[in-house]
Amino acid sequence: MDAPDQIFVLLKHAVVSWFPTPVQPWISAVLSIGAILAVYPMIFALTTVIERKALGRIQNRPGPNRVGPAGFLQFAADGIKSLTKEDIVPRAADSVVHFLAPLVVVVPPLLALAVLPVGRNMVALDLPETGLLFFLMVGTAVELGVFMAGWSSHNKYSLLGAMRAIAQLLSYELPLLLSTVSVVMLTGSLSLNAIIGHQSEVHAGVLLGWNVFTPWGAAGAVLFFIAALAEANRSPFDLPEAESEIVAGYFTEYSGFKFALFFLGEYLGLFAVSGLGITLFLGGWLPPLTVLSWVPSWLWFFGKLAVLMGIFIWLRGTLPRLRMDQLMRFAWQFLLPMSLINLLVAALWQYSTPWPHLLRWLPAAILFGIPYLLYHRAFLRQHPPRTYRYAS
Amino acid sequence: MLGGGILHGLAVTAKNFVGSFTDPERLVTLGYPEERAPAKENARQFPFLVFDGADPQAGLRCVACQICEKECPPQCILIVKSKTKKPDHLGKPQFFPATFDIDLSVCMSCQICVEVCPFDAIKMDQEFELATNDRFEGLLRHRDQLARPNAHFQKLHPTDAAAIDARRAEELAKAAAAATAAAAAPRKPAPESPPAA
Ligand code: SF4
Ligand code: SF4
Repeated sequence: MDAPDQIFVLLKHAVVSWFPTPVQPWISAVLSIGAILAVYPMIFALTTVIERKALGRIQNRPGPNRVGPAGFLQFAADGIKSLTKEDIVPRAADSVVHFLAPLVVVVPPLLALAVLPVGRNMVALDLPETGLLFFLMVGTAVELGVFMAGWSSHNKYSLLGAMRAIAQLLSYELPLLLSTVSVVMLTGSLSLNAIIGHQSEVHAGVLLGWNVFTPWGAAGAVLFFIAALAEANRSPFDLPEAESEIVAGYFTEYSGFKFALFFLGEYLGLFAVSGLGITLFLGGWLPPLTVLSWVPSWLWFFGKLAVLMGIFIWLRGTLPRLRMDQLMRFAWQFLLPMSLINLLVAALWQYSTPWPHLLRWLPAAILFGIPYLLYHRAFLRQHPPRTYRYAS
Repeated sequence: MLGGGILHGLAVTAKNFVGSFTDPERLVTLGYPEERAPAKENARQFPFLVFDGADPQAGLRCVACQICEKECPPQCILIVKSKTKKPDHLGKPQFFPATFDIDLSVCMSCQICVEVCPFDAIKMDQEFELATNDRFEGLLRHRDQLARPNAHFQKLHPTDAAAIDARRAEELAKAAAAATAAAAAPRKPAPESPPAA
């Protein structure tokens, strides 16, 4: 049972053991970094193709279907194109900052991906004390890169995009952090491995204790993924690069491979934050049912990642972009209060352990239900049902 | 309910997504260079000159009246009138264009030249793959390139072409009748039959 599960770990150990002992930690690190640098950009490449095809299907057209079998080599064509394109740096731009910005956007997600456990014993950098903290700290560094890009380009659209990005990322950082806090509260640890371990206790003989199966976990996961979409600049929160408003936002003045790097950074950020969501709420590399534990753990992680990507693509194909004031109002007036309530729910859940299981859901239902109804009423007051005079 | 609209929207897109696989009718796009949508009769791209018969030079309907040249809004037509005359389809001697150039890079496909031509000599073509790597000579069409047989016109715009052909046949018949009448009464000169509007 262990062989397929641990295949990559065993492989790495085998390779590392060829080398003399003093260099072994280095070789091990290089192998882990190499794996991260190979796997995630590959997923990125596939995601771009699948995303374009799926968006096409949503709009009743086939999507890219020329390059390679059924168009699946489109990413190679795009990569070659962006590599061979001229790299233009505006004369007015601050060339050093302009050059550094794409790197600052790509490196932090890679660092964040390093601490994510993608399978049993499969984590490049295990931080037992600070894993989650490290992840969140590194994740915020992307904002710096975005602002560097917008500021150094010396272009009004870039600057507008950068300003939007800063406002958006800072506002959504808060619900993101608060929804992770509930997990930390109940696990009592910042280590991502400990958080996954905490979710591995078995309920009713078959079901694993993923956090999403608890009231605070379910609400937390929804809040987390909404905030994660905003953090990753994904539609419907893609205001910083809104094509129809401000050209391409903060990377308007980038071309060629630097432009591709921004895309890469964006998707890596999305993978990283989805991976964190999987770790915190969806049981990491754990299967949902005990009978499914024969499936290799890394397959669970990447399978969950694929499902999340599918949902994000679906959302992108469905929802229109928000307006800036709507975006802000949504963060501060809905997500933030809800994530604070979620903390309360998590605390109640923790202290109601002796209660019967169904009764423990009751406070959560009340605490979320009442504000939800109030929001609903307030929304209806502000936006009464539309009446159309001429169209039916 | 709050958020219900989002779920509704997700259902719509999911239906489109699944439907695009199960129901080929939904896919409205064509794989362009291999598959082509049949041209609509009223589609128009750039003008061409109509000629009757087999010889593009002898059958050219254009009489170099230069109305289209004057009317063309972006002024992309250049006509140089001939010094000599050639007989038109009624046998009447007419000028013809020694030069008739249209700059396709300037033409805006407005069809005004077609509307103003009193001789049905210029019509709209439907050819649209005009990309060229020479943007000066490559997009300047000369008289001989512009000339297309009447059959081409009949193929592109069958309704228009049928009406025009009928009218021209009528004119021809009238002219022939007038000629016969003139031959019967040699003293009175036959009045010129004005071209039907
Ligand atoms: S279609 Fe319009 S623009 Fe083109 S040649 Fe005729 S009148 Fe000029
Ligand atoms: S195309 Fe028609 S309007 Fe233009 S010069 Fe010839 S006969 Fe006159």
